[in-house]
Amino acid sequence: MTTFAQAILSGTAQGAIYALLALGFVIIYKATHVISFAQPALMVIGGLFSYHFSAVFGLPFWPSLFIAILLGAGLGMLIERLALRPMIGKPVFTLAIITIGVDVVLRVLANRYIGADSRALRYPGGSERYEFLGLALSHRQVTIIVVTLITVVSLALFIRYAKAGLAMRATALDQETALAQGVKVGAMFALAWAIAGGLAAIAGTFIATGSGGIEQDTWIIALKALPAIIIGGLDSLQGAVIGGLAVGIIEQITAVYQAAYLPFLGTNFSLVAPYALMFVVLLIRPYGLFGTKEVERV
Amino acid sequence: MTTPNTSNIGARAYPTAGKPRPPRGRALLRTSYAQDMALLNTPAKRWSTLALIVAGFLTPLLITDDLLQVLTLGLFAAIGAIGLNLVTGYAGQVSLGHAFFLGLGAYTAAVLGGDAEGRLLGLGMPMYIWLPAAGLVAAAAGLLIGPIAVRLRGLYLAIVTLGVVFLGLHIFREANTLTGGPGVGRRAPDLELFGINFSASGGIPGVDWTRDQQLFLVALVFLVIFGVAARNIARSGVGRAFSAIRDRDVAAAVIGVDLTAHKVLAFALSSFYAGVCGALYYTVVRVIEPTSFDLLLSVQFLAMILIGGVATISGAIMGAIFITALGRIAIEIAHVVPFVSSSVTGGGLFNVFQLEGILYGLLIIVFLIAEPRGLYGIWIRIRNYWKGWPFSY
Repeated sequence: MTTFAQAILSGTAQGAIYALLALGFVIIYKATHVISFAQPALMVIGGLFSYHFSAVFGLPFWPSLFIAILLGAGLGMLIERLALRPMIGKPVFTLAIITIGVDVVLRVLANRYIGADSRALRYPGGSERYEFLGLALSHRQVTIIVVTLITVVSLALFIRYAKAGLAMRATALDQETALAQGVKVGAMFALAWAIAGGLAAIAGTFIATGSGGIEQDTWIIALKALPAIIIGGLDSLQGAVIGGLAVGIIEQITAVYQAAYLPFLGTNFSLVAPYALMFVVLLIRPYGLFGTKEVERV
Repeated sequence: MTTPNTSNIGARAYPTAGKPRPPRGRALLRTSYAQDMALLNTPAKRWSTLALIVAGFLTPLLITDDLLQVLTLGLFAAIGAIGLNLVTGYAGQVSLGHAFFLGLGAYTAAVLGGDAEGRLLGLGMPMYIWLPAAGLVAAAAGLLIGPIAVRLRGLYLAIVTLGVVFLGLHIFREANTLTGGPGVGRRAPDLELFGINFSASGGIPGVDWTRDQQLFLVALVFLVIFGVAARNIARSGVGRAFSAIRDRDVAAAVIGVDLTAHKVLAFALSSFYAGVCGALYYTVVRVIEPTSFDLLLSVQFLAMILIGGVATISGAIMGAIFITALGRIAIEIAHVVPFVSSSVTGGGLFNVFQLEGILYGLLIIVFLIAEPRGLYGIWIRIRNYWKGWPFSY
């Protein structure tokens, strides 16, 4: 039982990172109806920004994170302005493929910076652990959960109550009508990409503080947010958070139990378990747990 | 290309005999169903196709072996690109899962055609069994994905097929007895047909050709067969049903297209092509390494059809040759441009692999923004320019 509870706790911490990434995907999707495959690159580069400011320039952890969020947001806006704005009105598939192109280019640049070693960020709390009832959670994991909680709540409040948040919701609902009401739709696209870039930078920074740091193939982690958004539903913010947590927890539980109970699935099955979960959810609910079902009228 | 021939319209509006005389040049108006369906509908196309095939068969005699190998890989990759174009270009079902089907084909061929006494499982079967089997096993997997695809649309489907790649990668890594395991891989079977081993130099009796020359010849023959077959699929009823589904699936269903059957068929056909492509491609590469069937490979194939031309066979071929040659092009650029180093560890701003990555990322972006019809679209512009010459309209 303790093992199980521990798996859920550790999974929640990992899932919080996925939730941040998934939120980025969903916010871009809601604003522009495009799935941004550039998110992995934004995550890696955001993490590298933090790394550079704290390891090379010697800034403390939190200021580096803050600068990385701003730079990540800026990068997101830049991508939107240069690669996606010229394509407004084109099929969403085309736009999604363009983000793949952006991702490829940015990741080559990031890998050029990373080089052969891993770029690990030192977390200020060190390896201290909180222990209670036989469960242990590192200082870092607690911070991830808390930061994600704060981010998600403030984002929800922003979208619910701020004027720009209302404008974003209007844009997501209907771009032309929003335009007619005086909403600057282009600015909303930029805002969505900025938020997604910032969220990716937070996720990247916390991945950089993990055991492996940031390596050439760390970007794969960001793709695990894709099963998360499919499970939660592409256009649902709370779905993204729940999906992200579900993916993290499932991954952790598989890592703990699969070797003993389902050995035929092979080693490291936990890494692909989110995708397997995604298939199961899709077979039951094709639009995710919280997604809007598309209604087709002839 | 062809000069505008205004007498075309008159000639066909008033046929002189019972059977309409085929007009010269590119028809401005098509008057019969047969004309609309013609495979090579203009004399220029007839001649240029013939010239291209003749030139293709002469190529092994004209260029060096290392270039020939790049082209051979391009021709084999073109088979896979045509397959992806069937499902993504013609039927409009975005698939990021192509790498999985390629891998399935490659390993089916390796297991069936592999050495029976070797370290890994091999059955030692001849090529006329392992090649169709590679296609059929991949197609069967495509049939399994199909039903999920039927329930999903657009980007949901893209993400699901992406999941297929990751699950497939896991299977390839874990099935050690079949795939050799990550980092090791296994040998691809030899290309041996009609008692001739094309994978060994001097295999064709009578002529003293190298391995690369022979493989190029085989690649060309296979590409022509699969290319013509795909063109025929595309212009037949099935192909038109695919296009109808792509353009608007509800409308297609209303005019009587069976959505489920055609989507599943598109996936199965595309996977068949991918399986054959995987089996053939790795006879040139020689070693099949399980981790090479990753998302990057899928994206490369997507880049082939986007840069070549969506929903065209010739575009898929051009794109496949271009993308496979990109590594070589990057090396050539490195010779000319000073800040690109040709070694992995050397200085310079980028090494060739980084340059290759950046190039094909940028090419995807630039082509989609500037010329969504790809290389094929550039050809159409050139043709229209000369068709209207000296007028620009």
